[in-house]
Amino acid sequence: MSVIAAVGAENSPVINMAIFLVFVIVSLWVVTRFARRNRTQADFYVAGRTFTGRQNGMALTGDYLSAASFLGITGAIAIYGFDGFLYSIGFLVAWLVALLLVAELLRNAGSYTMGDVLAFRLRQRPVRVAAAISTLLVSLFYLLAQMVGAGSLVNLLFGVTGNLWQSATILVVGILMIIYVIVGGMRGTTWVQIIKAVLLIAGAGLMSVWVLGKYGFSLSDMLGAATHGSPEGSNILAPMAKYGKTTITKIDFISLSIALVLGTAGLPHVLMRFYTVPSAKEARHSVSSAIGMIGLFYLFSLVLGFGAAALVGPEKILAAPGRENSAAPLLAFELGGTLLLGIIVAVAFATILAVVAGLTITASASFAHDVYANVIKKGAISAENELKVARITAVVIGLLAIVGGILAKNQNIAFLVALAFAIAASANLPTILYSLFWRNFTTRGALWSIYGGLTLSIGLIIFSPVVSGAQTSIFPDVNFAWFPLANPGLVSIPLAFLLGWLGSVTERGANPLKFAEMEVRSLAGVGAETAEVVEPAAVTDVV
Amino acid sequence: MSEHDAGQLAEAYVVMQHSPDFIDLKSRYRRFAFPMTVVFLAWYFAFVLCAVFAPEWMATPVWGNINIGIIFGLLQFVSTGIITVVYVRYASKQLDPRAMVIRAEFEQVQS
Repeated sequence: MSVIAAVGAENSPVINMAIFLVFVIVSLWVVTRFARRNRTQADFYVAGRTFTGRQNGMALTGDYLSAASFLGITGAIAIYGFDGFLYSIGFLVAWLVALLLVAELLRNAGSYTMGDVLAFRLRQRPVRVAAAISTLLVSLFYLLAQMVGAGSLVNLLFGVTGNLWQSATILVVGILMIIYVIVGGMRGTTWVQIIKAVLLIAGAGLMSVWVLGKYGFSLSDMLGAATHGSPEGSNILAPMAKYGKTTITKIDFISLSIALVLGTAGLPHVLMRFYTVPSAKEARHSVSSAIGMIGLFYLFSLVLGFGAAALVGPEKILAAPGRENSAAPLLAFELGGTLLLGIIVAVAFATILAVVAGLTITASASFAHDVYANVIKKGAISAENELKVARITAVVIGLLAIVGGILAKNQNIAFLVALAFAIAASANLPTILYSLFWRNFTTRGALWSIYGGLTLSIGLIIFSPVVSGAQTSIFPDVNFAWFPLANPGLVSIPLAFLLGWLGSVTERGANPLKFAEMEVRSLAGVGAETAEVVEPAAVTDVV
Repeated sequence: MSEHDAGQLAEAYVVMQHSPDFIDLKSRYRRFAFPMTVVFLAWYFAFVLCAVFAPEWMATPVWGNINIGIIFGLLQFVSTGIITVVYVRYASKQLDPRAMVIRAEFEQVQS
């Protein structure tokens, strides 16, 4: 508790609030500038496909580096050492799946959502519904993690542990994100993400240089200091400090690693960003520049994590409100006092806001475009009406995230996000890859894979120690956990691939004509959507 | 679009799918992307499995407190960067020009 007092006493919320307010005002101003350019679906959902590869690369960076990357990974490395490093590596290497197999083909084949790509070859209505359900669930899970991050930040900021403040902050974050999305659409959201990416990388870079400077720019000396600060001693520099306890925890580590590397290319908010550029070539350039910036950031996070272990120490971190999620802000306080803490907390808030806005616009596009416009209204809907539904959906999703965020607290954010990755890798990645590459893929295969992947991944999480039966569970007092792994990826991802295959081979219905069109369009870009489409309905929906 | 046009368009895609130009583009793409995916996944899981099954080896100090595990981890960053650069170059040299030719051919046939 002394940390709260220490931070709280020297902390001046006025500076923190002022820095945060500046970001909010600037970002709202940016967002309102684009308000009037949101008349068509292409405008609202994908910014008229007018961003350049470099701009979209920065926006992808801002979309992807969530509270999980900044607060969660730094905390995991500070407490568990090397085992936390796996998150950075998995989150980064995962981009190669997106680069080599998904980004360009998906850009050419689709128009706004993941459902577009699946609907291309398969029966529209059932697969669009499935894709939308999966998109909504993955986005909500991801949103929840970000909200938890916002909650723990505010406690640190004000040096209080009060639930009221935490809930109030989550409410403010939720409302801001709704405004960004319904006013700014994808253009506004993208610019918020670009600004945030710059702030986050600059902030993390500054702190990393500062920390290394304290150890004469010797990584080795800093790592040495980290081992002195940790109760685990030199074990934190070696793998398995956290996951080495039993065979089950070792398998859990493998399961996590699979979910991390296969999750990114199935994340709906990442996929949607590929449609904001004019061509597949620009989509490729967005991914390559995102990989550069994200890789750089994860190098910083390694320094920040071990730096926090060295300068703040795990005991202090775990005693702080928000527990391990507060490692990065505490490190900032240790380095630069109130001012740097204020800046870093404001950067973390900006991080959260940009990510939740990206998630919300994806989820609302998926509902309005896939379910409402194409399934309920069967395509007979005006742009104006569809966008109205998209905005209402954004408000509903915002409210759900606010309630969910208030309920889930004190879980490591990176861990929560890893669960969203497991769900995305199980429910989305198999159908995306099959639909792009496999001639005999059918509607039944897609439905089995999406619903099977969702049920397996979420079901196994419900019956895992994450939810019940352990001290750190969401419901520690009851025990209905029979699935031993915290991350379901090892089981749910291969099974979802298997279900997609099984559903397809038991159904004769693959359409060779549509596969020909899909192949030619996705690889060569024939007939792909171009920038600033005025006609709202996709060509594929007409055929 | 009329049904007749739609049928013609669908046929054009099938013809294109079987054209030597397209088969060439597809094989150039797949020849790079598929083996490279196997390579980077194998390399990544090698890291994961070493962490799980050989933590003592990973803990071997190489340079001060920097051990094999940390170097192995940093090499994942290096390999990701190299694969990205190599693919972007390969795609702009080998794939983009061929895709452009196919797009032009297709549009010509359509008009």
